[in-house]
This record gives sequence, C-alpha cells and structure tokens, in this order.
Amino acid sequence: MSAGSRLALLLPAFWLLLFVGAPLLIVLEISFSEVISAIPPYAPVLRWGEEGLRIALNPENYALLIGDDLYIHSLLSSIRIAATSTFLALLVGLPIAHGIARAAPRHRPWLLLLVILPFWTSFLIRVYAWIGILKTEGILNTVLLTAGLIREPFVILTTEWAVHLGIVYAYLPFMVLPLAVALERIDPAFREAAADLGARGWSIFFRVTLPLARTGIAAGCLLVFIPAVGEFVIPDLLGGPGTPMIGKAMWTEFFGNRDWPVASALAIVMLVLAAGGILALDRVQRRSGEGLS
Amino acid sequence: MRKANSPLGLTGMTLGFVFLYLPIVLLVIGSFNAGKAVNVWSGWSLHWYAQAFRNEQLVAALWVSLQVGVAAASIATLIGTAGAFALTRLPKFHGRGAFRLGLLTPLVIPEVILGLSLLLLFVRLDLDRGIGTVILAHATFGAAYVAVVVHSRLSTFDRALEEAAMDLGATPMRAFFKVTLPIVLPAVLAGWLLAFTLSLDDLVIASFTSGPGATTLPQRLYGQVRLGVSPEINAVSTLLILGVTILVIGASLVSKQRNAS
Repeated sequence: MSAGSRLALLLPAFWLLLFVGAPLLIVLEISFSEVISAIPPYAPVLRWGEEGLRIALNPENYALLIGDDLYIHSLLSSIRIAATSTFLALLVGLPIAHGIARAAPRHRPWLLLLVILPFWTSFLIRVYAWIGILKTEGILNTVLLTAGLIREPFVILTTEWAVHLGIVYAYLPFMVLPLAVALERIDPAFREAAADLGARGWSIFFRVTLPLARTGIAAGCLLVFIPAVGEFVIPDLLGGPGTPMIGKAMWTEFFGNRDWPVASALAIVMLVLAAGGILALDRVQRRSGEGLS
Repeated sequence: MRKANSPLGLTGMTLGFVFLYLPIVLLVIGSFNAGKAVNVWSGWSLHWYAQAFRNEQLVAALWVSLQVGVAAASIATLIGTAGAFALTRLPKFHGRGAFRLGLLTPLVIPEVILGLSLLLLFVRLDLDRGIGTVILAHATFGAAYVAVVVHSRLSTFDRALEEAAMDLGATPMRAFFKVTLPIVLPAVLAGWLLAFTLSLDDLVIASFTSGPGATTLPQRLYGQVRLGVSPEINAVSTLLILGVTILVIGASLVSKQRNAS
C-alpha cells in the first residue's frame, strides 16, 4: 500500500474511532451510571480503586424507562407518529415521483432539482413556515373563515396533525428521490405487456408498476421513518403536550432535568431502534446497487 | 413506447409541488408585510429586513455559523473524500465493514444521539465547549455526506483512464492529480457545499456541542421562534433561502459547464 492510500484509510479511520465509535461507547457507559449533583452530573462507572479496576453498573436508568409510563408512551407514540407520517409521505410522494418518471427526459433534471431544492434550504425554516400557516390566528384559518367554510377557527398547531404534516413536509424529498429513480428504471414493456393482456390503468399501476418499484418504496419509507422516529424539532415546534416523542423526551431529560444518565439510556434505546431500520435500509440499498457498497 | 403524463398524473405532480413550495412562498411574502400579524396584510415594507440587520445578536450568530460552516465543511471534505477513496480504491482490508458502517453512522442515527454522544466525548476529554467543538461535531456528520457523494462518483468512474495515463508513463501520483482528481472534483465540491449548508442549518447538534459565546444562527433563530412568529424571522429566513438557492443553482451551472468543456 502506498503512503497516499495508507493516509486515505488511516485518517478517516482515526477520525471515526474518535468521533463516532468512542462517543457511542461513552453514551453506553453513562447510561449505566448514577446521576449526582456535580460537574459533570454523573458518577463514574469505571473506577480505579485500591483493589484495581472496579465497575459499578447501575441498571436503574433502564428500570426507570421500563417502569415509568411516560417513556414507554413516548416511545410507542414516536413509532406510531413516524409510521403514519411515512405512509402519508408515500401517498404524497408517489404522484410526484410518478410524474417525474414520466416527464420528458429534458425536463427531468429540472423537476428533480425542484424536489431537492427544499432539502437544501434550512430544515428549521421550513418547519417554522408552518407555524404561521397553522396557528389559530394563522393563514389557513383566516382563509377558511373568510371563505365562509368554517365558523370557528381550527386548532391544528400543537396537535398530532401538525406533527404529521411537518414530518411529511420536511422529509418528502427523501421519499420522492428513491421512488422516482425506481419508477424511471421500469421498462415500459412490462406495462405494455400488461395492457396487451387486458389490464387497465389503475390495475396496471397497482399490479405491475408498484411491485416493480418495491425497492424504491422500501428505501423511501425507511429514509423517512428512521429520522422521523428520533425527530426533535418538529414535535417541539409544531406539537404539544399531547404529542410526546422519544427524541423530545431525551432532549428534556438532558437540558431540562440535567439527568445525563437517563438521557443516555434513552439514546441507547433509540440507537437499537434505529439500528434495526438501518440494517433494513442497507439490505434494500445493496439489492438495488445504491449507497456505499 | 414511452407513455407521457396523463392529465390526472400531471395534476397530482403539480399539487405535490404546490405543497412543497407554498409554505416557503407564504414565508417570503410574510417577510415584506408592514404589520406584525401573519393573517393581516398591511402593505409592502422592508422594515423587518432593516430590523434584522440592526439585531446585533443575529448578525453575530450568522458570523459564528459562517465560520463553523467553512471550517467544518473543509475538514469534512478531507475526511469524507479520503474515506470514499479507501472504500473504492483500496484492496479489501480488515475491518472494511466496520469502516463503512462508521462512515455511514452519522448519516442515519438520530441527530439527538450524535449531539449527546459528542458532547459526552468533549466533556470526557475536558475540551471547553465553543466554536471549536461545534466545528468538530459538524465535520463528523458532514464527512458522511461527502463520502456518499464522492463515492457515487468514484464507483461510476472508468479506471481504464487512470491505467491509460500510467501506460503512457505517468507515475501513480501524477495520474491521480492529472486524471482522477479533475474527474472527481465536481463531486468533491458538491460534497463541500452539502456539508456547508448542513452545518449552516443544524440546530440539534450545535445545541449539544456549543458553549457560551458560540451561539449559531439556527440556535438564535430557534430561541426567537419559541417566542412566537415574527416577520423579522421571516426576513432572515428569506435571506438564507436566497443565499443557499443562489449557491446551489450556481454550483450546478458551474458543474454543467465543466462537464461540457
């Protein structure tokens, strides 16, 4: 191996060990630690005593997560909200991806750019934009009231509807891109064959096109679901007390209660959950020959 | 035979794009509203832009964010490009799977975990939290994005070009700088741009890893957003959207021209 290629391997390997590997191990360690009022606010797990290395594992943080309804509730609620939003994102994303895949080849790069552009503009700003629309004296209610469609303003902000809307909106590009790629790859001959055999529009779509695009659908759904489960900004700005999510619970434990060990235990639970999704995504991407292989 | 879009399909796609862009359009319009209420139009005005520029905290936070973004994106580009080369160019090495996993991890794990884990590392290392720790944190997740972008370019790259250069007498080093680098460069620059805009945008990781005196623009905006909607935030947002849009479209035009020449 030449000096150049050795550096190309060792530099990132060192960086990843220090800034990805080591930090996650520290989270695991502190999740077994005890909260104390000190700086930093946790008791060390590994201690050098007179008899050598002592390990004081404290499983109580995990016991608390299982025992306290609050955490179970926010975990289940995160999974449910993320799953529903993923399904809604698929419903909104399919027509866009389908339209892009069928567009004239010279229009396609521009349509794709239109999908990607919001992804480049700030996430926080895109979520903020919905507050002005959804709040009680917001744009949506004003339009509906003026048009005479409703008598009383809707309360949408701080409800689960707003969180769903925010997730669908913020993560839509992640859904559309793999879908558009998968739909574009389908050989039109399959649809023609189905039409020759007597299938009609919708039946071709559901029985030929969608099954052939399944890797794209799986990739899109996972790319939305994985980050949505751990989402903090959207439930914090658009949700309310009725929309607990695990990422927000962790944030509160850390910044609000200064309970670093419980925050770490919550992070480990989220990590295990995310790992399942990531492994699935990896399999899908390897099968379709995308991603880092 | 390629079937064009049906009227129903076109309508569906158009509605999808309206959904994607309407909130941004309303946000931009709101920034020019003379009054403070979002649901009452009080006439056009640049008042809120003037107010945003006079807001010293906002301007200071923008400056912090730009410094962090440039530094983090540059480190991320170095690490991510090296990682992408190691994955595509080196013969199978021990721990390749772990290397690949480590490179991808920051891309896929929830931001709150990345933020918390890096903070705990900085506490353990006794590093003072400030602009430097945010740069290290942003470089780490930026490197993952750079690696993906550069990797996709490298894996479609025809190695015969390098071999041809070496057959014609170029040293491996010379072949790299004269042949490989110019072809990969657009992807490297795109990776830098992506890492830069992601850094400029990040709230969660910065909240964990920054300290007093190093408040980034998203942190400052988040603090203001929590107090309620204000046209001043709309004005700052509009300027940010404008800046990033010009940067992205400019970069894609430049890379198109490079490809053409």
